Amino acid sequence: MSVDFKVVSHFASDLRDRAAIAGIGATEFSKDSGRSEMRLAVEAVTAALEDAGLEPADVDGYSVFSMDNNPAIEVNRQIGGGDLRFFGRVHYGGGAACATVLQAAMAVATGVANTVVCYRAMNERSMQRFGAGVQDRRPMPTAESAHFGWYAPYGLLTPASWVAMSARRYMHEYGATSEDFGRVSVADRKHAATNPAAWFYQQPISLEDHQRSRWIIDPLRLLDCCQESDGAVAVVVTSAERARDLRQPPAMIRAAAQGASHEQQMMTGFYADRITGLPEMGLVAQQLYATAGLTPDDIQTAIIYDHFTPFVLIQLEEFGFCKKGEAKDFIRDGNIELGGRLPINTHGGQLGEAYIHGMNGINEAVRQVRGTAVNPVKDVEHVVVTAGTGVPTSGLILGRD
Amino acid sequence: MKKSETPLLDQMRQLTGAPVGEPNTARDPVNQAMIRHWCDAVDDRNPVYTDPEFAEKSVHGGIVAPPTMLQAWTMPGLMSREEREARAPRGPSVLRLLDEAGFTSVVATNCTQAYKRYLRPGDLLTVSHSIEAVSDEKKTALGVGHFVTQLTCYRDQNGEEVATMRFRLLKFRPTERSAGAERRGAPKRSRPVPSINHDNRFFWDGVQAGRLLIQRCFCGKLRHPPGPMCPVCRSLEWEAAEACGRGTVYSYVVAHHPPIPPFEYPNLIVLVELEEGVRIVSNLVDIEPEEVEIGMAVRARFDEVEPDRILLQFERAKG
Repeated sequence: MSVDFKVVSHFASDLRDRAAIAGIGATEFSKDSGRSEMRLAVEAVTAALEDAGLEPADVDGYSVFSMDNNPAIEVNRQIGGGDLRFFGRVHYGGGAACATVLQAAMAVATGVANTVVCYRAMNERSMQRFGAGVQDRRPMPTAESAHFGWYAPYGLLTPASWVAMSARRYMHEYGATSEDFGRVSVADRKHAATNPAAWFYQQPISLEDHQRSRWIIDPLRLLDCCQESDGAVAVVVTSAERARDLRQPPAMIRAAAQGASHEQQMMTGFYADRITGLPEMGLVAQQLYATAGLTPDDIQTAIIYDHFTPFVLIQLEEFGFCKKGEAKDFIRDGNIELGGRLPINTHGGQLGEAYIHGMNGINEAVRQVRGTAVNPVKDVEHVVVTAGTGVPTSGLILGRD
Repeated sequence: MKKSETPLLDQMRQLTGAPVGEPNTARDPVNQAMIRHWCDAVDDRNPVYTDPEFAEKSVHGGIVAPPTMLQAWTMPGLMSREEREARAPRGPSVLRLLDEAGFTSVVATNCTQAYKRYLRPGDLLTVSHSIEAVSDEKKTALGVGHFVTQLTCYRDQNGEEVATMRFRLLKFRPTERSAGAERRGAPKRSRPVPSINHDNRFFWDGVQAGRLLIQRCFCGKLRHPPGPMCPVCRSLEWEAAEACGRGTVYSYVVAHHPPIPPFEYPNLIVLVELEEGVRIVSNLVDIEPEEVEIGMAVRARFDEVEPDRILLQFERAKG
């Protein structure tokens, strides 16, 4: 694999190996959890603390999604946590996933806090389905509300529809096909099939299954779209030195970054000169490689945010795993499946395991670093994790100590 | 003819007039305290209901209860589901027959009460129910069904009938929801309306007047979607330039699912690159999805998609 990918060194931050993920936790993933989002949150958070060998009273910080419905102070009261010195929220939907860890790492690297918990808990299937989009929003004269006014009156209302508009142009410019998108789904479901925690455990699909699945919004089929799930995921971030003394081998935060391009839109990046890339993810990739001192060749496996398959192809290009427009060839050769050059989403991804806004992918990356994943990749040194696409986003490189 | 073969309507009409369940006696006699609560709740200040001195001098010669309080006197109070089920009438009933025949939905249509005398504190009511009438099968906006008239009789402690109530229901078979369409008879939902604010009002006013307006800075920069400041020269001044309406399809999607009222599916949505150079999202109409190609020439038109609601749409450019 030789891609002429240039790392821009001045994007390096001082965060390399300053903090680590010391614990991970999750509930089961389902379509109807039967309990409150708050309860899911406290179950996942306490599981992550238990995994790390820490007490709830050790927690002194939280870094969570703006979209999460469970205030950190409430979670902290429920679990009997300590006094809080740091609490932050990150905006823009699933784009926040890795950013919660970035901001936690910044807090512990600077001594602002010692033990920061990141979580995402949602009854996203049984309570509020994201797939329904913005059809019932009440118009308010705010910028965020006005944004949807450019699309909603015409029926462009759902996350799938916004991605589909960019995907069609990508197909047009690079010759990618619906089958190329389907190969992402096939790989994810293959990995989910051997992961007992996955909703689609033991249910692999073929490319024919993908091609037979109904249109959601042409060019996206049902099997191009991630699940809607109930569940919660949490991680515990602490300093690298402290993590070494805890129960688990640390997953070092080799690099963490956020990115929004100068022409950033929320899911509707239709106006830049070219709309076939994800420049915000390119910006994240550059910062990650520069901070970690790594190149695409140093990455053995990746968690690539997969709410909709077309953006997986574009992310592989933005991260330099293949050239622009050539992701279709890269994945056609089986490179993203177990045993390939870059197995992705070894837990099954959000198409196969569950859609917990990208946080379940962070847990999987930690398991790959620890060597405890159900679908282990051989000789893992570094794992890339990405967050929500089409929105201001974020990413991580995790590695062994 | 065996009973099981009797048509539904005959079966139901055999049950009309017969009592439904046991008569039920009020838990409390008519009393001043409940009258006072009722009058407070509905803000009825007629002193004949609450002021003994006034009432004594009135034509009633004493306190009377508001007639419309009738139903309140025999309400059974809060019950658990088990208690409610235990008290439900046994055996065949018109409503049960209708449920079993698929007329499972219900809507109350009207209620009439007749009062034979005023009720006074101390009266103890007993209520009994029957089905008075069942209509032929009717087609309604909600669906096919039968109107059922329930007759309720209120008697006092001497067995004298003091009031009656006729409560009419429509028991109907719910119509199937067709994809993308509202239940028949329900008001049609309108397309989502945009949020109008200081930064975009010119655009939506323009559309309503049949004009496609694009924000233009005095430095020449065209901006869509619009905003308060020019990202090139940082000017807060701008004008609305009218676009010629010609453009090409830059990208497009064909929406199938989920069907969201009032849109019709498949719904063709396009990203148009206007001749002036900015892009805009809209619908492409009067064309089949398979005829659409990226790059094809289109032009703007303004359709009244709903009464008094003009929306920008595009169609294939002719010639």
